[in-house]
Amino acid sequence: MKKILSVFLVPVFALLFSLNAKSESLTLGWAAWDPANALQELSKEFTAETGVEMNFEFVPWPNFAERMLNELNNQGKTFDLLIGDSQWIGQGAEYGHYVKLNDFFDANGISMDDFNPATVYAYSTWPKGSPNYYALPAMGDALAWAYRKDWFDRPELQAEFKSKHGYDLGVPKTWDELYDMCTFFQGREIDGQVRYGAAINTERGSEGITMGVTAAMYAWGMEYENPDNPYEMDGYFNSDASVEAVEFYRKMYEDCAPPGHSDAYMVANLDAYKSGQVAFQMNWYAFWPGVSKEDSDGRVSGFFANPCQNVCAATLGGQGISVVSYSDKQDLALEYMKWFAKPDIQQKWWDLGGYSCHMDVLGSPDFVDSAVYAQGFLDSMGIVKDFWQEPTFVELMLPMQERIHDYVVNGKGSAKDALDKIIDDWTEVFEDDGKI
Amino acid sequence: MKSAVKKFKGLSDKAIAWIFIAPTLILLLAINIYPLIYAIRMSFTNFYANKIGREVKFVGLKNYKKILGKEEIWEKMQITAHFVCWTLVLQALIGLGLALLLNKKFKGNELLTTLIVLPMMLSPAVVGVFWTYLYNPQVGLFNYVVNFFYDFGIFDMIGSSTLAPWSIVIVDTWMWTPFTMLICLAGLRSIPNYLYEAAEVDRASKWQQFIHITLPSVLPFLLLALLFRGIENFKMFDLVAELTSGGPGSATELASINLKREAFEKWKTGYSSAFAVILFVTIFGFGNVYVKVMNKIKER
Repeated sequence: MKKILSVFLVPVFALLFSLNAKSESLTLGWAAWDPANALQELSKEFTAETGVEMNFEFVPWPNFAERMLNELNNQGKTFDLLIGDSQWIGQGAEYGHYVKLNDFFDANGISMDDFNPATVYAYSTWPKGSPNYYALPAMGDALAWAYRKDWFDRPELQAEFKSKHGYDLGVPKTWDELYDMCTFFQGREIDGQVRYGAAINTERGSEGITMGVTAAMYAWGMEYENPDNPYEMDGYFNSDASVEAVEFYRKMYEDCAPPGHSDAYMVANLDAYKSGQVAFQMNWYAFWPGVSKEDSDGRVSGFFANPCQNVCAATLGGQGISVVSYSDKQDLALEYMKWFAKPDIQQKWWDLGGYSCHMDVLGSPDFVDSAVYAQGFLDSMGIVKDFWQEPTFVELMLPMQERIHDYVVNGKGSAKDALDKIIDDWTEVFEDDGKI
Repeated sequence: MKSAVKKFKGLSDKAIAWIFIAPTLILLLAINIYPLIYAIRMSFTNFYANKIGREVKFVGLKNYKKILGKEEIWEKMQITAHFVCWTLVLQALIGLGLALLLNKKFKGNELLTTLIVLPMMLSPAVVGVFWTYLYNPQVGLFNYVVNFFYDFGIFDMIGSSTLAPWSIVIVDTWMWTPFTMLICLAGLRSIPNYLYEAAEVDRASKWQQFIHITLPSVLPFLLLALLFRGIENFKMFDLVAELTSGGPGSATELASINLKREAFEKWKTGYSSAFAVILFVTIFGFGNVYVKVMNKIKER
């Protein structure tokens, strides 16, 4: 009888025990894209080590900010951990959405010196540059370019381009060169199909066209404000160089974009590139592992950092991981963060397609050769610039989206008018927020 | 049990009526009247729903003055007016035309009616998404069909500031003309035959019959349909948000899309409450005037 009982009871208790162990769980929120899948894969190791079940909610990019910020503003408990955009850090800190991590970092020997300084500045600190940390750099990213290396390598195209422009068809060093190359491919028939120049960001609804146009504006040397007098924008944001950059971006849209590319961001750019429509696509590094892996039918992709113009600069993307202050499982969430910060986990993160910001990974001698886009990523992370990270960043982003789209896509008014109006809008926001 | 029945029997008719009405009334107060009063109250404050802990101040009419003095708000109103007016004109003409056609008896009448009514049954979000594909300048059917009749070359309905306002008019007309048609058809079928017979006896032409019998009879129905469509289109959001997101630039940013951006993206709760109140008063005002005109037409 005892034997029979033990045969039945042991598995029952084992099952109950395992269920009890698994009952601890965390929910992590992020955008729905390739790196999120990589993180899900990586997190299986955390579950195996700790027994804590990881749940994920990945929201498509167009709704990401709205969904997550609504959740935070409503003090929701859905998420224990959030990988939020770099621009949210001000809001997260000032409105108390994110847990301040300094004590936790100190207690667990996590040093911000172990992470790329640009990513610590952008993803973790508030006020900017101060040693107050609200996130751990999780996913380094910047806006970059992919191009059809297989087309570029064709001798007949190389010869034609050189005779036309007097220099070699290759990775563009400046935006002027990029424009020459884009227009060279615009409307050109290759392998029986009409091709176009570049799939650039033109999206109106969230942040797309701003992220695109600032890639040009930063390269022209744009500053948002007077470095010595914060929030003084006139003469900086709407400088002659900024105006020239915005005009250049419109020229790129008019002369290089495929037809119908008037509301395009990440996925639309990827689609245009993968379907063989364009020679170049502007996009985030996060997508390059997928693009590289999916090269087929003769397509060979090359990647390069944002070209320079007056200066070298790139639009910052990427996110830090934060603990949501409304979560009931903050200790468990911090455990996950501690695990995620380990150098060996960070290496696995990079190997799976995530962009680690840990210096042990980035500084490893093998790093540059570990992927075709690795050097570009390193170069970019040294020159990144970000949009306003103010708590009111959404109020700052939306008018820029509207004004720039109105000028670049809609062809309304002038670049100077658009930038002047943006300054007016921003001034109103800062005044309302008590910053001016 | 008996005492309960007795008690119930003791209630007056008025009390019983209140018991039946009460749940609806409570629901109405809770989900319509209270939010409306709350929104009106909010509209006089500087409240931001995302700025937790910030002091909410009474700002008087500041939000209203700001909205009514903003050139861009008037631009959005113009865009909304363009959308509402053209969709109403097209839906009235095409809807009435289709109703006249389907009022005739012919083979396949019922099948045709069902097919025409189909777009109205689709979700506006779905319609928005698939029309973005139809409008695609490279592979979309719309460009192909237009170019089949006249070679315009590649044109971008959604990306062009000139064409985009028309692109939303076309889609809404495609989707909601069946509604106008159905109501007009109901009106046409309610006209007694003896009126036409009497007109025939008086040797009235078909045109005279249409002008003096059909049109006056169907007009109240048509006006009712247009009232519904007018109110709906003034508040239009989902279809246009999916189709153009208000772009290019702000070429198709209707008042309701702008309101949503101010309220739930910029979180300017006080300001957007004032804007919502202005829109409500506008619709309410127009609606009332329209109903009065409609009643006068009916009385004739």
